[in-house]
Amino acid sequence: MIDTFPPFASPRSAPPPAEEDLRLLLLIRHFELTLLRLFEAGQLSGTTHTCLGQEYIPVALKPLLEGDDFVFSNHRGHGHFLARHTDPHGLLAEIMGREGALCSGVGGSQHVYHRRFLSTGVQGESLPVAVGTALTLKDTGALTCVYIGDGTWGEGSVYEALNMARLWEVPLLVVVEHNGIAQSTPTTAQMAGTVAGRAAAFGIPHHRTASTEIDEIRAELALLVAEVRSASVPLVVEFATHRIGPHSKGDDTRTPEEIALAADHDWYTRYAGLFPEAFGRLDREMRELVERAAADVSARPPSVWERP
Amino acid sequence: MTRVSEHLNRALHDLLAADPGVHLLGEDITDPYGGAFKVTRGLSGRFGDRVRSTPLSEGAVVGVGAGLALAGRKAIVEIMFADFATLAFDQLVNFAAASTSMYGRPVPIPLVVRCPSGGNRGYGPTHSQSPQKHFLGVPGLHVFELSPFHDAGRLLETMLALGRPCLLFEDKVLYTRRMYEDGVVDELFRYEVTGGVARVFLEGAAEPDCTLVVHGGMAHRALAAMRDLLLEEDVVCELLVPSQLYPLPDLPGLERAGHVCVVEDGSEGGGWGAEVARVLHPRLWSTLRRPITLVASAPSVIPAAPHLEREVLVQPGHIRHAIMEALS
Repeated sequence: MIDTFPPFASPRSAPPPAEEDLRLLLLIRHFELTLLRLFEAGQLSGTTHTCLGQEYIPVALKPLLEGDDFVFSNHRGHGHFLARHTDPHGLLAEIMGREGALCSGVGGSQHVYHRRFLSTGVQGESLPVAVGTALTLKDTGALTCVYIGDGTWGEGSVYEALNMARLWEVPLLVVVEHNGIAQSTPTTAQMAGTVAGRAAAFGIPHHRTASTEIDEIRAELALLVAEVRSASVPLVVEFATHRIGPHSKGDDTRTPEEIALAADHDWYTRYAGLFPEAFGRLDREMRELVERAAADVSARPPSVWERP
Repeated sequence: MTRVSEHLNRALHDLLAADPGVHLLGEDITDPYGGAFKVTRGLSGRFGDRVRSTPLSEGAVVGVGAGLALAGRKAIVEIMFADFATLAFDQLVNFAAASTSMYGRPVPIPLVVRCPSGGNRGYGPTHSQSPQKHFLGVPGLHVFELSPFHDAGRLLETMLALGRPCLLFEDKVLYTRRMYEDGVVDELFRYEVTGGVARVFLEGAAEPDCTLVVHGGMAHRALAAMRDLLLEEDVVCELLVPSQLYPLPDLPGLERAGHVCVVEDGSEGGGWGAEVARVLHPRLWSTLRRPITLVASAPSVIPAAPHLEREVLVQPGHIRHAIMEALS
């Protein structure tokens, strides 16, 4: 992976994030770490994709989204979900196929539908669907937010959808988590040109941020997102981010140097160093919360599905 | 006399007028063009934004339809030629159909994808196919076909009420034919529609020598074969035309048939006929006298030149020949 973003693009002197935000960041972090631990212990089946290092993106977007908005997520969607609905028990039960699962254990990690939050496992597939929902939200003040990655831009459906989104002026917020690597393929080996150039080709406004500071990101995006709602226009927001964990479970083929470089951008170690006391307290609290949730969900009976 | 395309156009007008939640999307469907086969004529002028001409993006347009459906609307998407429905395969299979059950509870996706299909018009290999078979056996996906017997308005209502994505195949030659009315096909044959299945029969005839099962676009060719078989071979046939091709509905009266023959316009191999036979064989095993006869188009691309196209696609003569061979 070729890293083009300097570590700590945001000032190191920035104030700590609000406790509520830090709590959510840590909830997602410990949720993902717990999944990897459960996998290693043989307690999870199938596959999962964690968002380690990228947690701050849905946390930053949280207050910018409203209750009537649709949110579409992808294979790496646990953070997106937890920032939208703080229900780690329901999500973990879904992933583990236990009672209380959000979707009866049918969808698993990549296919969750809960109150206008929907994730799917096929890259790019959700964008046209998102345009359809956004058509119904035109001029209502609500919007459809869809998370995609840099790898998703290889899919033709992305361009068909962006074309219609601009043509029909629908309130669509496309959030690109550009972590520089598509599974094992560096972006430089799978994308010609840039995300900005591609958005520009459709006349769609594009904003790129390398910030990992939640308040800074919100300040950058607040007016832009408000414009999506008020003017019913699409917007592409590109986050230059870093996936510090593997694509799924232990399938990281990056060199130790590349992984270390990605880890340099981790908000977790940064906040731990900057605000050790407050951070340590919340870190412990959220770790224990997720540990309790894992113990609770693991002890539940299997989920039941009434097959149609 | 109402042509099938006019009948369908009227049904769409009535549906959009009755239900403000219905949207229609497709390439070139707005006026003055009104769709490649004029089925959507007059709709955009009457219903405004609910009728949208789209870019050439079959996959995404079906996705937009699914998004509208997910958000509580109802969507009808026109694919200009059924051949292009392959471009929407992912949206249909992995999103629209899967979503109705993969989230652990029924999620309604009222979406109808209309596909003008079939050949005998000289349009050549990529504009003449009957690709119904590629969409069979997909959990959550229903396959229907227009016929000259079934009321199109009722059919559209039925499909949207299912809350599951449906493909509606519409034979392009059928568009130009008239809708049958009042139970009369011609001076020989009568018809009735029960449980979504049209039954065409010879009035006063006892048990048929052969019952044909066909999809809507094959009805006229089957009728032509039935007429010849009756008048020239003294073979009495009955015809069943289900509007729903998959999952196959109950087909009435087959226990008393001397023989069953399924005819389809799709290319031979892995087809609808095999699916019908799969359902019927266990049910009819004790009454069947011989294996169900399957007639399909040749396993070939569909040539543009009319004389070559005729050789590939099922014609009345093929049906007659297959039935005589089976009964001999």
